[in-house]
Amino acid sequence: MNKIIRFFPLVLVFALVFVLYRGLSLNPQDMPSALVGKAMPDFSLSTLGDSNKVVTKADLLGDIVLLNVWATWCPTCKYEHPYLLELATDPQLKDQVTLYGINYKDERLPAQQWLTHYKDPYQFSIFDDEGLLGVKLGVFGAPETFVIDHHGIIRKRFAGAIDVRVWRKEFEPLIKQLIIEKQQGK
Amino acid sequence: MPNKVLFIFVMIFTTFFAVNMTQASPVETFEFQDDVTKVRFQALSKELRCPKCQNQNLADSNSTVASALRLDLYNLLIQGKADTEIIDLMVGRYGEFVLYRPRVSSITYILWFGPALLILIGVIVVIVILRKKSITNEVLALNAEQKTKLKQLLADDIAVNSTSKSALEQVDKE
Repeated sequence: MNKIIRFFPLVLVFALVFVLYRGLSLNPQDMPSALVGKAMPDFSLSTLGDSNKVVTKADLLGDIVLLNVWATWCPTCKYEHPYLLELATDPQLKDQVTLYGINYKDERLPAQQWLTHYKDPYQFSIFDDEGLLGVKLGVFGAPETFVIDHHGIIRKRFAGAIDVRVWRKEFEPLIKQLIIEKQQGK
Repeated sequence: MPNKVLFIFVMIFTTFFAVNMTQASPVETFEFQDDVTKVRFQALSKELRCPKCQNQNLADSNSTVASALRLDLYNLLIQGKADTEIIDLMVGRYGEFVLYRPRVSSITYILWFGPALLILIGVIVVIVILRKKSITNEVLALNAEQKTKLKQLLADDIAVNSTSKSALEQVDKE
């Protein structure tokens, strides 16, 4: 009994080393979204293209929605932009999934110019210059992409750029599942 | 010598400025209708963590998301929301992570009670060790049979060694 107790501190140290070592390999930025499974929050903001046109939550709902948070100050957004264009024109996805943008903490004119220059993949972009819709969505930065189902429930939040690999791994299975759910009228 | 004094003065002054510069906080001006709301705003922005820059609170951070959160916090206060409501709302959006002082729940038990538990274990270990020591003292004490044998040995030895006499008296006393 005494001999076993003598090894107790050693075991404790090894347990601590294991826990701390595991902690080193975790990504502190990788956090689960608190909003998955909750309804898309209400908002009322103008579109990027037209400061007089007000859009609300109702304008987004009905389809399966990809909501992409972007800004001109965000270099990673530039990187993912070509792939978003590809997604928007994909013949298989075009009728199933609608892509909207949130122009996050940005200025209207440079953002409009960006879309003219790099082409516009979005149905429309919500102009969220104060970032308050972003805050309601629990946005950390840009780019981020949300998947919203046809009932207006947030099903996924993805932080970072989307490319082919990310799309196949993170989005495609969920989108397929949502299309089936929608067809079955769930 | 005067050079050294000058050097020290320069050092002290530059340190003073350096400290002041690092304390520069983000510039935004919010107008509050009363001082209570202002104090609540300051307290909450210190209590809430910036999601992007994880080691800073909202009051410290310059990041875009922190400035958006400060504005949101201001709006919520102006709308007359209570502190607990605001905290709940923020946790609802960003998760428990947004709080610098995590709330007591099943996943934070180890955080809240771990240190107290460790102290308790330490105290128990110390008590056990101390008690073990007093037991060994008792075990070391001689029983009646051992005492008579010791007396016998010492009595035999008195003839050759005079110091054994005082030792024998000692054993008798005990």
